Amino acid sequence: MSGAVEKSPPVLIRNARHWRTGERIDLALYGGRIVERAPAHARVVEAGGAVLSPGLVDVHVHLREPGHTAKETIASGTRAAAAGGFTAVCAMPNTEPVVDSAAWVEWVAARAREAGHCRVYPIAALTQGQRGEQLAPLVALRRAGAVAFSDDGRPVMSAAVMRRALEYQRHADAPIICHEEDLTLRGDGHMNEGFTATRLGLAGIPAAAESVMVWRDLELVELTGGRVHFAHLSCAASFEALRRARERGLPVTAETCPHYWTLTDEAVGDYDTHAKMNPPLRSEADRAAVLAAIREGLVDCFATDHAPHTHEEKQRPFDQAPFGIVGLETAFALTVSHLVRPGHLSLARALELWTEAPRRVFGLPEVRLEPGFPADLALLDPEREWTVDPARFHSQGRNTPFAGWRLTGLPLATFCAGRLTHADPGFAGAREVAEAQLAENPR
Amino acid sequence: MNRPAVLDPAPAREGAGVFAARRHLLGLEGIAREELLDILDDAARYRELARTHQLPNQELKGVTVGNAFFEDSTRTRVSFELAEQRLGAMLVTFTTGGSSVSKGETLLDTLRVIASMRVDVLVVRHASSGAASYLARHVDAAVVNAGDGRHEHPTQGLLDIMTLRMAWDGRFEGRRLAIVGDVAHSRVARSAIHGLNALGVSVTLAAPATLLPADVEALGVTVAPTVEDALAGADAAMALRIQKERMESGLLPSLGEYARVWGVTEARVALMKPEAVVLHPGPMNRGVEIQPEVADGPRSVIFDQVENGVAIRCAVLRRCAGRAGAREARS
Repeated sequence: MSGAVEKSPPVLIRNARHWRTGERIDLALYGGRIVERAPAHARVVEAGGAVLSPGLVDVHVHLREPGHTAKETIASGTRAAAAGGFTAVCAMPNTEPVVDSAAWVEWVAARAREAGHCRVYPIAALTQGQRGEQLAPLVALRRAGAVAFSDDGRPVMSAAVMRRALEYQRHADAPIICHEEDLTLRGDGHMNEGFTATRLGLAGIPAAAESVMVWRDLELVELTGGRVHFAHLSCAASFEALRRARERGLPVTAETCPHYWTLTDEAVGDYDTHAKMNPPLRSEADRAAVLAAIREGLVDCFATDHAPHTHEEKQRPFDQAPFGIVGLETAFALTVSHLVRPGHLSLARALELWTEAPRRVFGLPEVRLEPGFPADLALLDPEREWTVDPARFHSQGRNTPFAGWRLTGLPLATFCAGRLTHADPGFAGAREVAEAQLAENPR
Repeated sequence: MNRPAVLDPAPAREGAGVFAARRHLLGLEGIAREELLDILDDAARYRELARTHQLPNQELKGVTVGNAFFEDSTRTRVSFELAEQRLGAMLVTFTTGGSSVSKGETLLDTLRVIASMRVDVLVVRHASSGAASYLARHVDAAVVNAGDGRHEHPTQGLLDIMTLRMAWDGRFEGRRLAIVGDVAHSRVARSAIHGLNALGVSVTLAAPATLLPADVEALGVTVAPTVEDALAGADAAMALRIQKERMESGLLPSLGEYARVWGVTEARVALMKPEAVVLHPGPMNRGVEIQPEVADGPRSVIFDQVENGVAIRCAVLRRCAGRAGAREARS
């Protein structure tokens, strides 16, 4: 989004289909916003009946910068986001150094403005160095632009520290994102505890490693009145806890990720490190519970937990390979193929969980397809079939369990602040805008 | 899931000649009954050849075997080396240690070294489950798994089954083996279970709940509530080694408690059928998982296991190197 956000030239998107109503819609963009009508010299995007929705938001992304630029950079990660139809991501702070100071929050935001292909909302560490001991300066972090706090990947094991964090949080007014995992229960586990782990001789991680921490933090929310967002819930027991929390009226929200509704631990197969992530892929009963929770409305928003790693790291033996898979460039297709087409959700509701819902949970600026709102948009073809080829990812990470999968649903074009941030090579409708943009700003 | 299956053909390599049919042995999961019996027949022949001083022969003349032991194991290494020498193979053994992360790096780096040395058969022992199939995917050699983490130890499983076959006069039908001990961390148990499943032998497990892996019944075994229940009427018992680390990681209260509740003692062994035998993969903790009177008693076949181990490794190496098995040679 190189600098010139507010000066984005006029564009007219013609012949699209409204994501919610299904009605035919034309939309004019100018100066970074949706406008009433396009000037005569506006360049035209011929949508050809594709679905137009607010840009997708991924509230759980590891951009790896600063520090781990061999895995991903802010530039490559946000480029992948744009390719996935995303116009905003929330960046996790488990970088090197950890984003636990105002200076690093500002650095991430600045780097994203300079090199990014979508909006980047930094998430700051909850405790200093994500060590789970001393609180990070939450108020200063919030003022610097952090939208949430999280020790993601390194759960706060001390209930006392979490209690104080939830109390102090009210001064910072942003949710605490909890990666729920009892590290003593995880032990040296590398995949879900169950038959596949037993067969492969791998130490298992029980689902209870997640759910006991969900229960703990629900009790602490009750005690403190704090506000928690549960990251990547993966198992039936966690959703059972969440259901009870809703009945108690606790101010908590939750996300889940496409791999948890698509795969089970059987995907580990013969030690496939591309099926190794944390929380791990669970049992078929857990997968069914994730789907039920989505249908029932227990899941407040979706996220990918995009976690790129290098080829070398994922080439290690299973128990030495890092946890994590990439997700930005397959999220929409997995949503259409495995939620919408099997009839679990309507396309409109599924898109809501990728757009309005995460914006609401994290208090991000609202985007509606109406004049005055930011021109952050995704043009989507929910019918298009394609084959996942990691070599064509824009992310530096190729670590996906979906390589070779035939999926339905393709982002055709993405606009962020009125500028084209991605156009699928097979989509001719945005060519005029793409060429004009390239001529104006060849980078 | 492009899993190199049990005894799958290894990829042929250009100019491989007689090694075009090299095969991996990664585990006993899914092994066919016929294949398993063929290996046992071959091994019985090698046992006899060794006993009558007709080895070494030159069956693996011109074959280079690399023994890559990333985890220390004197007895398995020596057994493989002896088998290789008895068949006239050229062999090279390398052992490395270090932290788990540095092992991972070593493993990757070692791939290129092995490839350059033109090793035909690679015998590998590694602390990571899946290391053998990992190597099979990346190395241009037939891979023999000599133990990968908690996963499998197929030549141990085969030698256990060979020992049972001798003790049971060749009849597997209707037999039952009781496995007692740390199944969760045992590659020996997994290989024995898969191999015995292929032969229709029942397996009963007895172990502290902390040392039984999740859903273990789905491997095709039953779990007995006590060691006495497991042994009553069994045709054989296998005691698994208890590692001292299990106390430190809180899985067991003490070695004393383990010996009292789960130890294979004379009184418990007496619950088995009169002709039933006792196995142990070694090295033994005498007085912990097995009482000395049992280890040295008339039912013990523990030292037959060691002898059979060399014979089994002869049979496996010959197959993996692409030389015909005994049955094929006869026909």
